[in-house]
Amino acid sequence: MATSTTTTATEPYNAGTIPTLAAPEPEHCPGTESELAGKADACEGCPNQLICASTPKGPDVDLPAIHKRMEGVRHKILVLSGKGGVGKSTFTSMLGWAFAQDADKEVGVMDLDICGPSMPTMMGAKGEQIHMSNSGWSPVYVADNLGMMSIGFMLPNEDDAIIWRGAKKSGLIKQFLKDVDWGSLDFLVVDTPPGTSDEHLSVNQYLKDTGVDGAVLVTTPQEVALLDVRKEIDFCRKAGIKILGLVENMSGFVCPNCKGESFIFAPTTGGGKALAADMNIPFLGSVPLDPRIGRACDYGESFLDEYPDSPTSKAIMRIIRQVRDSVGEPMEDDDGDEVAIEL
Amino acid sequence: MARGLPKKNKLRGVDKVVAVSSAKGGVGKSTVAVNLALSLAMQQKRVGILDTDIFGPSIPKLLNLSGGVPNVTESNRLIPLSNYGVKAMSMGFLLPNDESPVVWRGLMVMKALQQLLHDVEWDGLDILVLDLPPGTGDVQLTITQQIVVDGAVIVSTPQDIALIDAVKGINMFKKVDVPVLGMVQNMSVFVCPNCNHETHIFGSEGVQRVTDRLGTEVLGSIPLHPKICTLSDAGTPVVVAEPDTANASAYKDIADKVLQKLYI
Repeated sequence: MATSTTTTATEPYNAGTIPTLAAPEPEHCPGTESELAGKADACEGCPNQLICASTPKGPDVDLPAIHKRMEGVRHKILVLSGKGGVGKSTFTSMLGWAFAQDADKEVGVMDLDICGPSMPTMMGAKGEQIHMSNSGWSPVYVADNLGMMSIGFMLPNEDDAIIWRGAKKSGLIKQFLKDVDWGSLDFLVVDTPPGTSDEHLSVNQYLKDTGVDGAVLVTTPQEVALLDVRKEIDFCRKAGIKILGLVENMSGFVCPNCKGESFIFAPTTGGGKALAADMNIPFLGSVPLDPRIGRACDYGESFLDEYPDSPTSKAIMRIIRQVRDSVGEPMEDDDGDEVAIEL
Repeated sequence: MARGLPKKNKLRGVDKVVAVSSAKGGVGKSTVAVNLALSLAMQQKRVGILDTDIFGPSIPKLLNLSGGVPNVTESNRLIPLSNYGVKAMSMGFLLPNDESPVVWRGLMVMKALQQLLHDVEWDGLDILVLDLPPGTGDVQLTITQQIVVDGAVIVSTPQDIALIDAVKGINMFKKVDVPVLGMVQNMSVFVCPNCNHETHIFGSEGVQRVTDRLGTEVLGSIPLHPKICTLSDAGTPVVVAEPDTANASAYKDIADKVLQKLYI
């Protein structure tokens, strides 16, 4: 890497059971699984040398434990975006609340954003603690059928920054999957941080066996956000994660005074709809901006419960119905019939 | 592997380094960084901007340099690309196209970042603005441990969810001994173009509360204006495209304050 100006991973990487390299290997690389991995002369200078030399060869010993915990989880949904601040955590909390409205379903929310854990605040569980027992870590229950796990519950002081390198974050994610006693869940919704790094690679690697139903991608309409989402779509394809669809958040704003609509984050290149058509993925819908969402999230209230008649709530419920359809659990109305989607 | 913490070095040929950060994503770090750099350049300073967001590099788009490929000097150092009087380097220039993701674990990110930090031929700068990615992880640690950063500007939107993370960002800089110059409140208020009614979409006054609590100050407040977004997407940042508007003045005022604090 010293002399080249290109530092990209151009080959598709494979997230198998063994920790893998995600960058071009040096010439004469003996291979990550060989006995000489990390020890051969050709390994000098490769940034992954230490990983290759120190990892035990053979399948990851914790995967069977993770498999056992995840056996009771029927559907796993990841909420991704390449871009920060588009509303992943907000959408995850709404998915959690909406799934849990159905009293027969058990729902879990897992917050993988180690540096900026927003889920405790958004779900109204700030200051709660996790209990560790023989059967594992107990998730924090914000409703009878809605449990959650986040590093936010483990910090002594909410202002403390968690300045960890990637490997340590991966270790914690493994613990979230291996040690948390979720019990039997119908839905597990996973909130991820922005980017395509350790957290995303790790969660995909650990859940490869048990399988993830798919990922919901969130974006805002402007091109600067779409740039990052395209990368995320490519990541999902290469990692074998099914894309359930794209949600366009912060779509338009209706002035409370004059009811005029403004596009604050203007879709200069067609927004989420054009991107979805271009990349051949389902477009789940657009969600308009509502100042009350920010406030509801800050106070840890469910926006969908407080303001069910807002156009934003209706848009979100339409999207959630499509997500449930795509994982094979369509929503039912009071008579037990499937609800038709009004588009 | 060296034992103990790496030693901080001053970047060769660069006088002052300002980091624009926020632990939260999507609050406008890149937009603020670009407009700040351009405003400083308008004050006759030699300015460069380094985009350290390896996974989502936005600077090429914002400076209308997408698709640019940097050349190398004889000693294999990268030559930054320029636009609007500001030199820029980004991971985005080193990718084959806009859609290739960079899916790397921490160690590879560190290596790439070291190259971006040390192997760029800035050729003498007064100020280098660093656009940091969201989070408080590998990138932030590598930067603050390896080079001397003269000041950090923390960007946030007014709502609590963003401020919680911004406070973590401030505490991170305190821990690694980087002076915090102040906070920028972005997306503070939306003025309806129809009726001029003001709506605080993301709350209000949140940033002031945090700065009071943590003993720093608010460098400025930037409104939520659709023009800022459309001009950014078009690669013509607002201080260059519409320098006489209130939006541009908001950024220029922040640049003035930053200059004052850097050169005390």
